[in-house]
Amino acid sequence: MRPDLWRSISLLSSTGAHTRLGRRSLLGLGAALTGSLALGPKQAHAETSPASPPADAPWSQSLGAGVVDRPYGRPADTEAGVIRRNVPWLTAGTESSISFSPLQDLHGIITPNGLFFERYHAGRPDVERDQHKLMIHGLVERPLILSMKDILRFPSVSRIHFIECPANGGMEWRAAQLNSLQFNHGMISCAEWTGVRLSTLLEEVGIKKEAKWVMVEGADGAHMNRSLPLDKCLDDCLVVYAQNGEALRPEQGYPLRLVVPGWEGNVSIKWLRRIKLGEKPWHSREETSKYTDLMPDGTSRGFTWLIDAKSVITFPCPEKPLHGPGLYEIRGLAWTGNGKVKRVDVSTDGGANWQSARLHEPVLSKALTKFTLPWRWDGQPALLESRVIDETGYVQPTIAQLRKLRGTNSVYHNNSIQTWQVKGDGSVFDVQLA
Amino acid sequence: MSSSPRRLALLCAGMIAAAGTIALAAEPGYYGYGERATPEQIAGWDIDARGEDGMGLPPGSGTVHRGTEVYAEQCAACHGTFGEGEGRFPKLVGGAGTLRDDRPELTVGSYWPFAPTLWDYINRAMPMPAPHTLSADDVYALTAYILNLNDIVPSEFVADRESLPKVKMPNRDNFLWTDPRPDTAAKPCMSGCVDPADIRIASTAEGKNLTPRTTGPLDTMQPK
Repeated sequence: MRPDLWRSISLLSSTGAHTRLGRRSLLGLGAALTGSLALGPKQAHAETSPASPPADAPWSQSLGAGVVDRPYGRPADTEAGVIRRNVPWLTAGTESSISFSPLQDLHGIITPNGLFFERYHAGRPDVERDQHKLMIHGLVERPLILSMKDILRFPSVSRIHFIECPANGGMEWRAAQLNSLQFNHGMISCAEWTGVRLSTLLEEVGIKKEAKWVMVEGADGAHMNRSLPLDKCLDDCLVVYAQNGEALRPEQGYPLRLVVPGWEGNVSIKWLRRIKLGEKPWHSREETSKYTDLMPDGTSRGFTWLIDAKSVITFPCPEKPLHGPGLYEIRGLAWTGNGKVKRVDVSTDGGANWQSARLHEPVLSKALTKFTLPWRWDGQPALLESRVIDETGYVQPTIAQLRKLRGTNSVYHNNSIQTWQVKGDGSVFDVQLA
Repeated sequence: MSSSPRRLALLCAGMIAAAGTIALAAEPGYYGYGERATPEQIAGWDIDARGEDGMGLPPGSGTVHRGTEVYAEQCAACHGTFGEGEGRFPKLVGGAGTLRDDRPELTVGSYWPFAPTLWDYINRAMPMPAPHTLSADDVYALTAYILNLNDIVPSEFVADRESLPKVKMPNRDNFLWTDPRPDTAAKPCMSGCVDPADIRIASTAEGKNLTPRTTGPLDTMQPK
């Protein structure tokens, strides 16, 4: 990233995305930024712009870079601000922490690999593919050690699934706190995963009849481990080596990870090195001390694996405000660990009245589903909400409903309806209704 | 949980789906890829100790006294000399009786249900900069020391594979291990669902100054 470009972008953002920016000051930023997303359509049509009609743009009057100038490729310089971000005050350091996907700048159900949210328990290990091994043992007939070459020989499957950290939205249990789509909802991403069914590997080693549980463990410094019921492992779990068509990124578990569709993200163990079959769960630290949900009466819920249905409006949002009255397309994402999204309703008046949004194909099981609804904004204050209903009939709850049952200290599994307050000037704020 | 008929059904479904292409694994070893894991190889990686009954805990032992020494050297910098936690690193001690409070304190003493889990976690993940480098004896000693700091075991306690599973953690019986969700039910009302007069903003993120910036370079925002 060119430092001068960073400076320009931060200058733009510090003036506020929806405040009027003088054309003269804009000119000083250079031609590369004139098409910036930070500017509304009116500003982009500035008649003095050196790149807009009637002028011919500088890039139209010069020779571009050749093939393999960027042998791997990267986003346009103007998109440099579209990155995973963290909340520095949230955790003691970045090694056991979380980063959030910039949902406000994403446009479909697939998360680009470089923007997939991160969750580490002991930092990101840089695993050498040719030395990595997967051991499968315990209550099995023939314990095995598989290399990556071995794993690639098994029949392969590709599936599109989301992964969501159950702490997504966890900072909002008490009250609206973070004015951001990215920080309130960005612990979810969705990709096409390619690998081998876990059931194929388990049948290959031979499951002893006493086996009921499966422990999965990573090769990271945390040796991160979780227990899973055997039934789920045989149902739809995948041991994957590829994400959106290329090898997994180190951030997502290179060279091998588990994907447990529809369940809380941390059971989808990254850098997967060991699978052990047993007759009882292990009650590891990550399923007792953490990833358990404390209730108001002092009891806790454990093994709360399922991601309940959830949805959120991704436009407008605090990062993407409105620019004057007129016709807009409300856009959003919905998902459920229970299967498919059946319906999404949208309210612009704080939940008094609802309209069903259009669901966009493909509507896949345990994957993000895109919805849209045209909306003519009259310039008056509005309260936008979306509400998903999944194929089991489950209806996304309000935060007030969840709080009444679960209090404010359960950290995980906040799948409540998000309310965005739209003010008369088009700015958008994260709020909670009584 | 799983039973043989269930697995058989899955297998059959898989075979039907694959009919005309290639049969799926009907027998263990059908593909024959990889190498058989030897007992020595398994022993090196088979590090887990089960929380409920301590199955998998290795031979060895450690005293509270020895734990004091190991802790000072390996743990105190982050977790504090007496487990009080430095900065935002986790507290290991205290919080007894706070789980129903508005601001509960979840520590080994107040929250963790199983003592062997403590051995397992220290062994697999600690110390953070050099995980899984401590001897089994030292991990036993640390476990004894942290339990003692929480007044769960006396100062003469010796932690080993026999004694740890017998330690009854204070919060042992307060976990529900089957998920009670869905715990909400609602009918998706479409119009006139709420009286507009009752719609009130209870809280807003506006002006709270907790949100890192979402444009430009990464923020390094720290609490005020």
